[in-house]
Amino acid sequence: MFSIELLRDAVVLGMLLGCFYAAVSVGLSISFGLLDVPQVAHPAFLVLASYAVYWLNDSYEIDPLLAGVIISPVFFVLGVITYRIYHETFEKRGSDAAVRGIAFFFGVAFIIEVLIILQFGVDQQSVTASYIGKAWRFGDLRIPVRQLVAFAVALGLTVFLATYLSKTFMGRAIRAVAQDEEGLRLMGANPVRIKQVAFGIATAVLGVAGALLIIVAPVDPTLDRVYIGRTFCVVVMAGLGSISGTLLASIILGVAESIVLTMFGASWAPAISFALLLGVLAVRPQGLLGR
Amino acid sequence: MQRSSIVFWLCAAVFLIAVLLMTQFVRNEYPFFAGYVILQFVVLSVAWTILGGYAGYVNFGTNAFFGVGVYTAVLLLQAFGAPLGVQILVAALVGGLLGLGVGLLTLRMRGIFFSIATIAVAIIIETAVTNWRFVGGAAGIQLQRPPVMPPFDSYVKMLFFVQALLVVIAIAITRFIQNSRIGRGLHALRDDELAAECMGVPTLRLKLLACVISGALMSAGGAPAAMYLQFANPDSAFNLNYSISVLAMSLIGGTAHWIGPVLGAVLLASTQQLLTVTISSEVNVLVLGCMLVLFVVAAPKGIIGLVSRLAGKGGGA
Repeated sequence: MFSIELLRDAVVLGMLLGCFYAAVSVGLSISFGLLDVPQVAHPAFLVLASYAVYWLNDSYEIDPLLAGVIISPVFFVLGVITYRIYHETFEKRGSDAAVRGIAFFFGVAFIIEVLIILQFGVDQQSVTASYIGKAWRFGDLRIPVRQLVAFAVALGLTVFLATYLSKTFMGRAIRAVAQDEEGLRLMGANPVRIKQVAFGIATAVLGVAGALLIIVAPVDPTLDRVYIGRTFCVVVMAGLGSISGTLLASIILGVAESIVLTMFGASWAPAISFALLLGVLAVRPQGLLGR
Repeated sequence: MQRSSIVFWLCAAVFLIAVLLMTQFVRNEYPFFAGYVILQFVVLSVAWTILGGYAGYVNFGTNAFFGVGVYTAVLLLQAFGAPLGVQILVAALVGGLLGLGVGLLTLRMRGIFFSIATIAVAIIIETAVTNWRFVGGAAGIQLQRPPVMPPFDSYVKMLFFVQALLVVIAIAITRFIQNSRIGRGLHALRDDELAAECMGVPTLRLKLLACVISGALMSAGGAPAAMYLQFANPDSAFNLNYSISVLAMSLIGGTAHWIGPVLGAVLLASTQQLLTVTISSEVNVLVLGCMLVLFVVAAPKGIIGLVSRLAGKGGGA
C-alpha cells in the first residue's frame, strides 16, 4: 500500500541508485555526448569490465574497487583502439558510413556478449568484499553498505571527471573538439588525437564503473541490453555532453525506477528507462541541460 | 508488363511449385523444420531493407515487430481459435499500425537516435507482454496446433509452404517499392533528407510509408512462429538476437537491391542452422557478429557489392 514512509525510502534509495547510474553513463556522455560516436557497445564494455573485476576478485582475491582501478588502463587502450578503427573505417568516409558505424558497434556489443558467455557461462556472477552483505540503519531505513559504497565512489568519479573536463588543459581540449573540430584544426591541434584520448578516457572510466556494477548486484552476460536503455536515457536526458546534467538525469532515472519498483513490482523496471528515453526524445531532444 | 517482371513472376511461380512438390514428396520432416527458419529470415531481412537499406534508418527493433506478430497470433488463437491465415493477416495489420506508431514517434529522429528509439519500443512492448497474464505472462504459453489442412500431411510442411508464400509476397512488395517513385524517394532522403525535402520529395510521408510496410511484413513473417514452436514466451519472441541477425543478414547481403537481403538471409540462416546443430547456438551468434563487423568494415556494399565489383572487372578485361 502507498504510504509516505514507503515513498521516502524509495526516493532515498533511488537517489543512491541514481548516482550509480551517473558513474556507468558518464563515459557515454563523453563518447556519444561530446564526440558524437554512436557507442552502442558502451554497456557491453561495462559488463565486460564487471567480468574482468569478477575474474580478478575470484582468482586473486583482489578487492573489486581496486580491481576496477587496475583494469582501467587496459580499458583506456581498448577505447583508443576502438576509436581508431571507428575513425579509419567510418568517420573519415562521411555520412553514408554513419549507418554502418551504428551496425558496427551493435555487432561489437554482441561479440563481447558471446565471448563472455563462452568464457564464464550464462550464470550470474558476483564478487566478495568486506563491505558486501552488510547494512546500515538510519532510523527505520535499512541501506545496504554496497549501495553506499557505490554511491560514494560514483559521486567521486563523476565530480572528478567534471573537474577534469572543465579545469585541465586536455579536458578543455576535449570540450573544444566537441564544439568546433574545424576551429581546433585551424589552431594547429590534431582533433583526431584529442578524440582518441577522450574516447580512451570514456572507456577507462568503465573499469571502475564495471566494478560498481558488480558490487551493487550480481551480473550476467546479457545485462548490457537493459543498460543500453539506462545509459542512453541518462545521456540524452542530460543534454548531450553535459556532465552536471548527467548527474541530475541519473538521479531522476534512479528515483523513477525506485518508485515504480516499489509501487508496481520489479517486472516493470526494465521499461522505465526506455520509456523515459522515448519521452525525452519525443518532447525535448536537446535534454534538460542541453547545449 | 515488362520483361524483367515476367521473369520475376515466372521464377516466383517455379519457386512456389517446387516448394509445394517438396512438401508432397519428401517424407523426412527435418528439411522443412530448418527451411522454415531460413524462409522466415528471408522475409524479415527483405522487410528490414525497405527501411534500413532504402531509407537508411537502422531499425534495431526487428524483435518488436517479430514479437508483436507472434503475440497477435497467440492472442487470436487463445481468444477466438482463429485459423492461421487470419492470424497472419491480423498480425500484418497490427505490425503496420506499430510501424505507423514508431514512424510518428521518431518522425524527427535520425541516425543513432532512431535506432535507440526502436530498441526502446521493443523493450517496452516486451515488458507489457511479460505483465499480461492472458497471453501467458513471463512464463510463456503452450499452444495447441489445429488439425492440418490437405494437401499437406504435417503442420510443419504447411507452415513451410505458408512462409514460402510470405517470402514471395515480401519480395514482390519490396521489388515494387525499389522500382517505383517510392524507392527513388527513399533513396533521396537517405542521401540527404533536407535536400530531398527541398526538392519536393514528401520525406515524412515516405518514411511513414516505409515504416508501415516494413513493420507489417515483419509481423506477418513472425506470426506463424507461434504455431511453429507451439509455444511462446516474451523472452524468446522479443529476443534481441532477431534484431542482430536480421541486421547482419541485410548488411552482409547488401541493401541496394532486394536480392541482397535474400542472399544474406539464405547464406547466414543456413550456416546458423548448421552451427546450431553441430556446435552451439552461442557460437552461431559469435559467427554472425564477427561476419557483420567484418562486412561493415571491409565490404560496405555487402555481397552484391563484391559480386558487381568482380563482374565489373571481368567485363573490363
